Amino acid sequence: MAGPVAFFAVFFAWPVTAIVARGLKADGVWQFGRIADVVAQPGIRHVLWFTTWQALASTALTLLLALPGAYVFARLGFPGKQLLRAVVTVPFVLPTVVVGTAFLALVGRGGLLDALWGVRLDTTVWAILLAHVFFNYAVVVRTVGGLWSQLDPRQEEAARMLGASPLRAWRTVTLPALAPAVAAAALMVFLFTFTSFGVVQILGGPGFSTLEVEIYRQTSELFDLSTAAVLTIVQFAAVGAILAVHAWTVRRRETALRLVDAAVTARRPRGAGQWTLLAGVLATVALLLVLPLTVLVARSLDAPDVGYYRALTRTDGGTFLVAPIWAIGNSLEYAAAATAIAVVIGALAAAALARRDAGRIVRGFDALLMLPLGVSAVTVGFGFLIALDRPPLDLRQSWILVPLAQALVGVPFVVRSMLPVLRAVDGRLREAAAVLGASPWRVWREVDLPLVRRALLIAAGFAFAVSLGEFGATVFIARPDQPTLPVAVARLLGRPGDLNYGQAMALSTVLMVVCAVALLVLERLRTDRTGEF
Amino acid sequence: MHTKTLVAAAVGLGLVTLSACGPTAGKDDKTDQGAAGSKTVTLVSHDSWAVSKDVLKDFEKQSGYKVTVLKDGDAGQAVNKAILTKDHPQGDVLFGVDNTLLSRALDNGLFQPYQAKGSQLIQPQYRADEDKHRVTPIDTGDICVNYDKAYFSKHKLTPPKSFADLAKPAYKNLLVTENAATSSPGLGFLLGSAASYGDQGWEGYWKKLKANGVKVVDSWEQAYDQEFSGSAGGRKAHGDRPLVVSYASSPPAEVIYADPKPKTAPTGVASGTCFRQTEYAGLLSNARNTKGGKALLDFLLSREFQNDMPLNMFVYPVVKGAQVPAEFQKYGPQAKTPQTMAPDRIAANRDQWVKSWTSLVLK
Repeated sequence: MAGPVAFFAVFFAWPVTAIVARGLKADGVWQFGRIADVVAQPGIRHVLWFTTWQALASTALTLLLALPGAYVFARLGFPGKQLLRAVVTVPFVLPTVVVGTAFLALVGRGGLLDALWGVRLDTTVWAILLAHVFFNYAVVVRTVGGLWSQLDPRQEEAARMLGASPLRAWRTVTLPALAPAVAAAALMVFLFTFTSFGVVQILGGPGFSTLEVEIYRQTSELFDLSTAAVLTIVQFAAVGAILAVHAWTVRRRETALRLVDAAVTARRPRGAGQWTLLAGVLATVALLLVLPLTVLVARSLDAPDVGYYRALTRTDGGTFLVAPIWAIGNSLEYAAAATAIAVVIGALAAAALARRDAGRIVRGFDALLMLPLGVSAVTVGFGFLIALDRPPLDLRQSWILVPLAQALVGVPFVVRSMLPVLRAVDGRLREAAAVLGASPWRVWREVDLPLVRRALLIAAGFAFAVSLGEFGATVFIARPDQPTLPVAVARLLGRPGDLNYGQAMALSTVLMVVCAVALLVLERLRTDRTGEF
Repeated sequence: MHTKTLVAAAVGLGLVTLSACGPTAGKDDKTDQGAAGSKTVTLVSHDSWAVSKDVLKDFEKQSGYKVTVLKDGDAGQAVNKAILTKDHPQGDVLFGVDNTLLSRALDNGLFQPYQAKGSQLIQPQYRADEDKHRVTPIDTGDICVNYDKAYFSKHKLTPPKSFADLAKPAYKNLLVTENAATSSPGLGFLLGSAASYGDQGWEGYWKKLKANGVKVVDSWEQAYDQEFSGSAGGRKAHGDRPLVVSYASSPPAEVIYADPKPKTAPTGVASGTCFRQTEYAGLLSNARNTKGGKALLDFLLSREFQNDMPLNMFVYPVVKGAQVPAEFQKYGPQAKTPQTMAPDRIAANRDQWVKSWTSLVLK
């Protein structure tokens, strides 16, 4: 427990406090009065209102479109399911710079909607909402679908035998069992969309602004640290409230459910209804998720002899000190280091949280571990700069800063993946081993490790994928001679000219493939009791 | 308390162990860069910084310093970060403060005085802060409206030439520009219009532009790569705005970064819509390696670097006699009468103008 606490204190709480203090302290005195001043501004109130309602709308739309998907992935068997499940998860880990570009091909000018019906949604709120569905589809499919696939279908069948209509059987038997998972997924989606940054900036245009976008503008462009600090505190409070509710639903979810092996619940579709549903879900996935990704690939190939890919190996052009292709190596190395950190910290935290005698404070820490997901990257980045800049921890010049920042985002995923499994380990096994004379370390190695090994691998894979895609904090601290893939893509997009644009598309495709491969390996390792993702 | 300290130490130890297998293992010698007389000098810059490898090697060989470059996001971010870390800076020299941000940097005491060698060769119109020499001009470039040649020839329409043209009905719904609050070219374009129409007149001009269907997006990437029909990215994204606020050097870039190279640039520059930006470098106030920093500033003004710079960063040199590449002359000659504005006038008005502009154009 002390390990994760220290990690979060040093690499999260301290930097964030430092940057907030820089904005809100004058002559050593906190200026809390500023909070009321800033929140009272009509412009800021508008931002708060927009942030909230677009997150609610995005969450509702995501549930509407993804819940059928959750059912299909959980209950229907069809060829290519594993591959498709990896594919729908790719958007979740892709950086928004890339996705924004791809998504415009769907809803922007000359995009599919434009070509078919002359409908353009860019710079409307619809583009933002649809992109949020694109990003978060996997959250619902994995969270809800994961549980759904383990629910014993015989319970619903029994209700049908007793004369209930299909709808009634579903409403009275399955829905109550699923409700906590749906609530948890909804809250996760709400959290991600409430703190949305790239999507809103790229697809919404300057007319729309979320709290996160406003924090970025105030910090990075206008240099109004005081306003930024207030907004950070406001976002903190909101995210804290969301997480408290989330933690509560997660606990409720761990009430006893009769779970069965997911492998036995999925069947070939039967009847017109199931076939239609499958077709509908596949069409949604194809249109909303696969098509934008395909556009990226197509544009990356839009040169003779895969010219854009070949250009990635050259150093001329001056944008980089090394050939862009080396960004793959950098990304992989950084992500590996970040994963190592996230797994160690996350596993320690999960182990502490899973103890049956864990008190309220420890369980409260569960929610705190999620906070980095809800704090703006620019706040963390600036915080790192001013907090970790002198001995004993002068890390500003060190490469370790990037994996550390990435690990902050990875830890919540590790904790979420491991907790359910660790909680399921029968405590008596550990006691028995201890009674027989095993040391605590040996108990962990002989009892817990074999049981959680697969969950650990899955957690590591997720942390790895998230680290690969992390952009916001990385761009702040990555060293110029060692750009990661998302950073290199952003830099290429920042220069005019065909070759730069084409290389950006090619590198994005490479990132996509690396992510997809990592996730496919994950699919292979899936156990019947997966975590929440 | 004791356990916490122990754990912190353990975490620290873990980090050290980890760092042994990191990407820079073995070649990371930056830990001693704080020491006096260090052989490493660090340049902090924005993402657009670029230099030819052999030119940088030459400097390292001649001066005996090893150069580390830290790219820090866009120009605004780099300056803001430098101000935040002023007492304990990330490097020795900051490059990339332009005239729109110069006052923010100087007012915050970011730089210490140093008159670089060769500064007498700087063309007079680019000089600034001449009594104190806290900054040295390094390069200059124009923010101008670019036009899509194919669109205008297809529609048999003359491309616009001036600020006034852009508000004419013939060019309705054709222009895309960047948010002046978040983008440096967007701000440059606003300042250009203010320089052209004056403190009283620019708001009226923007009312006309708005009525004429100007589109505002948040970033240059968005405007140029997505909305503009003349750029490589914009063509693929089916951009439908043939006018964009970009740089005078963008047309040559469209040629240089094309394979095969076209005979003429696909885009041109509306020569009467330009706003001139100058970028400065300075020795950071608490630089640890001041000697190396001074040598680096001398190098940035040297003939070798000034000649190398244009094709790497797509900007123009500031010293007399430096060579402007032929591609620049051919595909995008520098504007003869660009608008410009003194840094202190920008400083006095920037925030208010951006505020008024935001409520006028975005709301």
